[in-house]
Amino acid sequence: MHSSVGHWLILALPVAVVLFYAAMALLDRRRAPGARPVSFVQRNGIAVSTYLVVAVGVWTVLLIVLPQLYMIDLSFRPRLPPTQMGGPNDVYTLENYRFFLYGSTRSTAAWNTIHLKAFALTILASVAITFLNLLLCYPIAFYMAKAASTTRMRLLMLMLIAPYWVNEILRAFAIRVLLASSGVVNQALMGLGLVSEPVDFLGLDLGLYAGLSYAYLLMMVFPLYNAIESLDRNQIEAARDLGGPWWHIHLFVVVPHAKPGIASGCTLVFMLTAGALAAPQILGGPRTLWFTPIVYDRFYQAFNWPQGAAYAFLLLVACIVFVLATMRVCRLSLGEITR
Amino acid sequence: MTSAVELDHVTVRFGAFTAVQDATLSIEAGEFFSFLGPSGCGKTTLLRTISGFIEPSEGQVRIGGTDMRGLGPNRRPTALIFQNLALFPMMSVAENIAYGLRVRGVSRSARREVAERLLDLIALPGHADKRVDELSGGQKQRVAIARALAVEPKVLLLDEPLSALDLKLRQHMRNELRAIQRRVGITFIYITHDQGEALAMSDRIAVMNRGVIEQVADGRTLYEAPRTAFVASFVGENNAFVGTVAEADRDRALVTTAAGPLSGRNLRNLMRTSEAVLFVRPEAVVLGEGPLTGRATEVAYEGILTHATFELDGGGRMTATIPRGAPVPKPGAAVRLGYDPADALVLPREGFAHA
Ligand SMILES: Nc1ncnc2c1ncn2[C@@H]1O[C@H](COP(=O)(O)OP(=O)(O)OP(=O)(O)O)[C@@H](O)[C@H]1O
Ligand SMILES: [Mg+2]
Repeated sequence: MHSSVGHWLILALPVAVVLFYAAMALLDRRRAPGARPVSFVQRNGIAVSTYLVVAVGVWTVLLIVLPQLYMIDLSFRPRLPPTQMGGPNDVYTLENYRFFLYGSTRSTAAWNTIHLKAFALTILASVAITFLNLLLCYPIAFYMAKAASTTRMRLLMLMLIAPYWVNEILRAFAIRVLLASSGVVNQALMGLGLVSEPVDFLGLDLGLYAGLSYAYLLMMVFPLYNAIESLDRNQIEAARDLGGPWWHIHLFVVVPHAKPGIASGCTLVFMLTAGALAAPQILGGPRTLWFTPIVYDRFYQAFNWPQGAAYAFLLLVACIVFVLATMRVCRLSLGEITR
Repeated sequence: MTSAVELDHVTVRFGAFTAVQDATLSIEAGEFFSFLGPSGCGKTTLLRTISGFIEPSEGQVRIGGTDMRGLGPNRRPTALIFQNLALFPMMSVAENIAYGLRVRGVSRSARREVAERLLDLIALPGHADKRVDELSGGQKQRVAIARALAVEPKVLLLDEPLSALDLKLRQHMRNELRAIQRRVGITFIYITHDQGEALAMSDRIAVMNRGVIEQVADGRTLYEAPRTAFVASFVGENNAFVGTVAEADRDRALVTTAAGPLSGRNLRNLMRTSEAVLFVRPEAVVLGEGPLTGRATEVAYEGILTHATFELDGGGRMTATIPRGAPVPKPGAAVRLGYDPADALVLPREGFAHA
């Protein structure tokens, strides 16, 4: 009985919300149309306002802020058996972060090269993958937004979306199958006589990068599409009429206009790639360590939650700092991204 | 006089739909030439054909005597000003103006110089570093012109550039445009559905209807000697009487209409029994005598003129403009109406929509 509470909740909640909306619609119809409302509460009615405030509040506080704060707090505590938690030994410490740097909670003699390397690789590779994604998606998004007919656009959109109905793990395995030593790609290459021995795509990390690039493609296409779509076609034509070659028009007319979309696409893809778990676990070569599996291992292999929290927090901070810095360089504000 | 732009039997089709049909005309260098026509008659299509965004399905566009076939808009000596201007919002005013030069690899300082010079020309000195959205409607308008002029086109194409402005500004910009054209001396091809605009600015006007150029002439000729019923009804106000030619000679034609037999000039040499429309301008209508009788339904005093509308006894209506000082009919009063047949025109009915 106890275990099924969650199931009931997940089924009943949507029903409750629908009923709530219906009740509000009824309430709304009864109310006589009066003078123009002004404040947030007046504009939306008490019911809607309460709902918005409570829903958003619960969402941000309960589901985002509190757990994160708990994790951050945890990351500054030593690893203790449950009985000692809250006891005299449960003090704030930097030992988890020290471990990340030196591979030991006490000695600072040697660097923790494995983890540091994985961390750097994750950030750098995510940057590269984000950039590659941008280059791949820009022409697609531009074509969909400005060149394609409506039918062709819909078809393309469907073709982009449909593969994402397949779940992430299956997609990663599919790439693994494709690129394995006896996979389709290798067989084709050998059949054509281009190589004599199978290429170890997975060992070379090509599989990993291909999988990661593919995993979040849509996150790049859609913001780009939205941004380019809103560009007045006449501006492109005006630039062309004034003699602009195509690359110049893209670089100086389309891209500046699409900058918020580019930024939001890049941010999304970068964050998701750096935090990806399935693709690195499935496609990672034997010698490559992506940072997220390490974090995962801290929690579940080493059973060291404080250390896992510290690692996860480090990754988060690094990503945020990186994104903010990039936006600063591109002279973009956070508000523009969400336009 | 050399021809700046020649259209040689140009036809443009979109699928089965013909947007421009067999347009042939020649626009002279330095001319202010307008295309006038109702919405959807193919004006923009024709302009885009001249600028190179559309290839004609048939016929030839020649600019400066050279066939333009296969040359894209970036390789034609034309510059287009869009209906919505299409300034680049992320560039400053000066950068907008100099965009065409930047594309051509002109140095930064030279670009700046040209931008400043053009800003003087359009009477906006000191606005170089403003953002485009800080400008007023009329200022944006002028910046768009400067941006087009910067590439030194032989022909400037303007697609209803004043339609977004309010009335006052529109009238001011008419003069401004004309003045700029005189100063730079290049050919302007101007599109509008506003006849007042076309008449006020243009050296010559082509009147278009449903993809067909009906008449090319200066404003006075269009008003006083329209060749077709469409031009007569579209340019200026006109009273139209549909009927059949009963008698005709070289100068005069007598048309049997619902309001009775009416006669007018037979400029198109119509024969007996042809379908025709007789046109009388409101200012040519004479009150108090004549072959028509009617009742005043509306009398609107407009200062220098009074506008009167009459319900005719034989059916149909007629408007008259009465100059200041002349007697004005009372609403509802029966009046005799007439005109001097030398002021009336008999034209073929073909292409005349409303009866
Ligand atoms: N790309 C196109 N495909 C199909 N039909 C088109 C296309 N462009 C224009 N048309 C059609 O051609 C006709 C003429 O259009 P055009 O834009 O030239 O009119 P216009 O005279 O400029 O009208 P307006 O004064 O409203 O701007 C219209 O009936 C329009 O529907
Ligand atoms: Mg148009």
